[in-house]
This record gives sequence, C-alpha cells and structure tokens, in this order.
Amino acid sequence: MNAGTTVVVIVAVYLTLLIGLGVLSSMKFRGGAADYFVASRSIGPFILFMTVFGTTMTAFAMVGSTAESFEKGVGTYGKLASASALVHSASFFLIGLRLWALGKKHGYMTQIEFFRDRFESRCMGYLLFPILTGLLIPYLLVGLLGSGSFMAGVTRGAFPEAFASTGGSVPPWLTSLIISGVVLSYIFMGGVRSAAWANTFQTLVFMAMALLAFVIISVSLGGFSAASAMADPAKAIRVGNISELSFFTYLLIPLSVGMFPHLFQNCLTAKSAKNFKFMLIAHPLGIMVTWIPCILIGFWATGALMPGTEDPIVPHSAPANAVLGLMVGKLATPILSGFVAAGVLAAIMSSLDSQFVSLGTMFTRDIVVHSFGKDRFNDTTMVWLARGFISFMVLITFLFSLAEPRQVFTLGVWCFSGYASLFPLVFAAIYWKRVTKAGAYAAIFSTAVVWFLLFRASGYGANGDYLLSGMMPVTGMFATCILVLVVVSLMTKSPSNDTLEKFFPSK
Amino acid sequence: MSNKLLIFLFLIVLLFLHQDFWFKDDPSLVFGFLPVTLAYHMVFTVVAAIGWLMVVKFAWPKGLDEEGGDS
Repeated sequence: MNAGTTVVVIVAVYLTLLIGLGVLSSMKFRGGAADYFVASRSIGPFILFMTVFGTTMTAFAMVGSTAESFEKGVGTYGKLASASALVHSASFFLIGLRLWALGKKHGYMTQIEFFRDRFESRCMGYLLFPILTGLLIPYLLVGLLGSGSFMAGVTRGAFPEAFASTGGSVPPWLTSLIISGVVLSYIFMGGVRSAAWANTFQTLVFMAMALLAFVIISVSLGGFSAASAMADPAKAIRVGNISELSFFTYLLIPLSVGMFPHLFQNCLTAKSAKNFKFMLIAHPLGIMVTWIPCILIGFWATGALMPGTEDPIVPHSAPANAVLGLMVGKLATPILSGFVAAGVLAAIMSSLDSQFVSLGTMFTRDIVVHSFGKDRFNDTTMVWLARGFISFMVLITFLFSLAEPRQVFTLGVWCFSGYASLFPLVFAAIYWKRVTKAGAYAAIFSTAVVWFLLFRASGYGANGDYLLSGMMPVTGMFATCILVLVVVSLMTKSPSNDTLEKFFPSK
Repeated sequence: MSNKLLIFLFLIVLLFLHQDFWFKDDPSLVFGFLPVTLAYHMVFTVVAAIGWLMVVKFAWPKGLDEEGGDS
C-alpha cells in the first residue's frame, strides 16, 4: 500500500466513525423542532465549550496558521490567535451570555427573531437573512475547498490510473462531495445535537493531531532548538512582516463571533448560564494548544532541511497552504500523515456542520414560519423544512465549489469582516435602550454599502493584502456601523415602553 | 469599585498588553527555541484565561438563570 492510499484508508475509517457517532447521537433526538434547532437547551459545559471551540476553529487553525507563520512569521499568533483568545471570550461573556438569557426567556432560536422583537420590525428578517446567509456561503466554501486541496496534496501520485487528470491525487471535487455527504448525513439525523456531539469528537481529534504533528516534526528535525536554529530569524519577529496598524485593527475581526448565526445557535443550546463559565476560561487555552504547534511548524519550515541533506523541505515554489502537508508528508510515516489529515478534516467539518444547521434553522424560522404563520406548521414539518433547506444549501455550496475556487480563501477574511462590522448592532441591541429601528436599518444598509465598496476596491478579494490607510478594511465598515447607528437612533423616536420593559425590565 | 468597571478595566489592560511593543523586533529565543514575541503572546493567552477565571469567580452576573426562566 503506498503512502497516499494509507492516508485515504485512515481518513475513510475516521469518516465512518463520524457517521457512526451521528447515528448514535440521533438516538438521543427527541423529535421536536426545539430539539433539532437548539437541542432542547440541554447542553452541558464541556460539550458547549467543545462545540463552540470546534466551530470557531476552521481549516485555518491548522493549515492556514502554518501557512501564515511561514509567510509572515510568528507574529501571526498575536495577530490571529491571541487576539481571538481575548476577543472571543469577551464576546461570549458580553453577547453570548445575554442572548442565551433572552433566548431562553422569549423562546428565540435565531438571531433574527431577537432583532425583530428588539427593533419592533416584522420585516427585519427579510433584510438580515440574505446578508447573514450570503456571508456564510463563502465561509462554507473555504471549508469545502480547504478539504479538497489538502487531500489532493497528501495523496499526490497515489492513484495514477484512477485519477490521471490530477496527477494521481484524489480530485478536490471528490473530497468536497464526500465531506459534504458525511456532514449532511449526521446533521440531517439529529440537527444541532448531532453537530454538538460530532464537534466534541472532532475538536479532540484536531487538537491531538496538531500536537502529534508538532512532536513528529520536532523529533525529525533534531529537537526544538535545532529546528528553531534552522529557521529564518526574520520570521521570529513582527517588524517587517506585519504592520502596527494592521496588527492593531485586526483585533476587530474576531468580533465576528458576536454576529455568527451558527454561534448564536450554539450558545442557545446551553442548559444554564453557568455552563458558559468553563468556556470563557478554556477557550483561550484551547486556542493556544491548537495554534502554537502549527505556528512553530510554519516557522521551522522557513529553513528546515531534509535530515542528512542540504535540500529544503519546503521548496521555494511551494504554495504556503501546502507547508503543513509537506512538513508532515516528508517527515512522518504514512500512517501518521493519515492521522494528521483526519485532524485537518475534523477542523473543517466541525465548522461546516453548525453552519449548515444554522442556515436550515434561519430559513425555517425566519422566512417560512414567519411568512406563513406559526400555526400552519407542526414540529415535524418544521424539522423536515429545515432538513430540506440544509440539503439544498449543501448541494448549492458543493456546486459553487466546482465553479470558482481560485480566490475563495481570500474571501474568508471578507466574510469575517462583514459579520464583525455588524457587531455594534447586536451590542447596542443588548445594552443601549435608545437604539431604534430606523437606526438599525440605516446601519445595516450603510455597512453593507461600505463593505461592497471596499470589497470592490480590493478587486473583489483578489488583492489579499488590501488595506484601508494601513488598517484592515473592517475598520471602515465598523466605524460606519457605529456612526450611522448612533446618529440615526438619536434622530428618531425611541422604542416603545413595552419593548424597553421587555428587554430592560425594571428591577 | 463595581464589577462592571473591573471587567471593563481588565479588557482595556489586556487590549494594551496585546499590542506587544516590547518584543516586536527582538529575535532572541526563549529556552533556545521559542521566539520571544511568541512566548510573550503565550503568556498573554494564559493571563487572559486567568482573567476570565477571576471574572467567573468574583464578578459573575447574578440572576441570569432566573432571568432566562430556568428553575
């Protein structure tokens, strides 16, 4: 059996285990919409942490972090990871916890249900649904394409007869199709509960595999010190790699977790407010355990040579996203490469599942049930509506992945920027009594316009290094949202006393 | 000092510490293998977690479960 075949066999066993876990978790499915959409608000602290952590860690946590470290140095950890360690927990505390309480009190299952009530607007969903969904699709594509390109890299030359057109690699479309099918199979059965169980398993897998890759590579390079001694010293510092303003303004990007529809839904699954405590403390540590090994692997790759030779492990012509695959592939045995490949796919799928479930939930609750009336549908029908829409979106995303794969990785940061720039909306909705419906509409419209103008200025994402006066583009969008939200709210009539009493009850 | 003010100050201090003006151009290696700026941000991450532990222990908002309708 050649190396690529070994990897495929290990990945196939892993995917089979995952489907088995999906079947097992679906046995716990209680059959109603509340269970399918928010697991009957019954999730405990450990699974809550694992599912939220697994959802926020995408392919970027392993493949992308190694690539960024290789290209921009170890400052990548401060820019992306420790920034998230700070901002994510703050968002869970300031936003997630409050939305959980409001969701449980008023029966919300989606963000739009909350915003509709808070801003006294029946039509707000028709504006927010396409925006939230539109921003989620490229995010889903990043996952699918990431899985395809990674598997193609680690199986290069393994199947010369079956896949001659791709040089013997498993074609990216086939990996995307299989990953889509596996994710669909377990969320179809048990909804958000299955996603939570699968995420817990997958998060453990990708954290363990990142550590495994780290140990194997460091041993093969002669130990930690020898590996760092070979690395390019210019990549050990931030200066010359990441500018001060972009480093500072990148702190706005992780605020996107406050507006991600799938994370909102994950938070609603908590049984108690106390269940957030473990997540707040463990999330920063989880980020460190996952990212540090990959950041160091990327750093070492800048100068690593094949043991006993003068040949660089990563050729100068190699794309940065191939660095992790090359380091593992050249320094580890095929079996260990297979385990690491399973870890990368675990990181990808642990985000895809929650995202697909949230799309189904939003469509069912915010569009269909809201438009045609709650009494028209029983619980079973709602679950089947969600399943149908999820299946449709899986198909659409898969077809998109075939059509335009070239620039999708650079689109990821634009999706995050879009969600992050709407953070002031949710923050004001929770903490500012004076924010109004007109202010909310004006802020959403103006932020969307600024997002589009900046996106166009970046060549529709083609210029991955596009900055706005040295700052991340999200800064302009975020400032627009705050300014318009505050000015228009102050110029228009306050919300009704009923609404204020509902969301800010007098003690 | 109120809990809300303490949490606000905690976030502002972390925000300042995150910017890492101190080691951004220092190429030295801690323990012979860890770039100092990376080691700094690892410590920063642990400090953030400890800070949240303090929030959880001493400044956890009261009445959220009751507000959410929990028994």
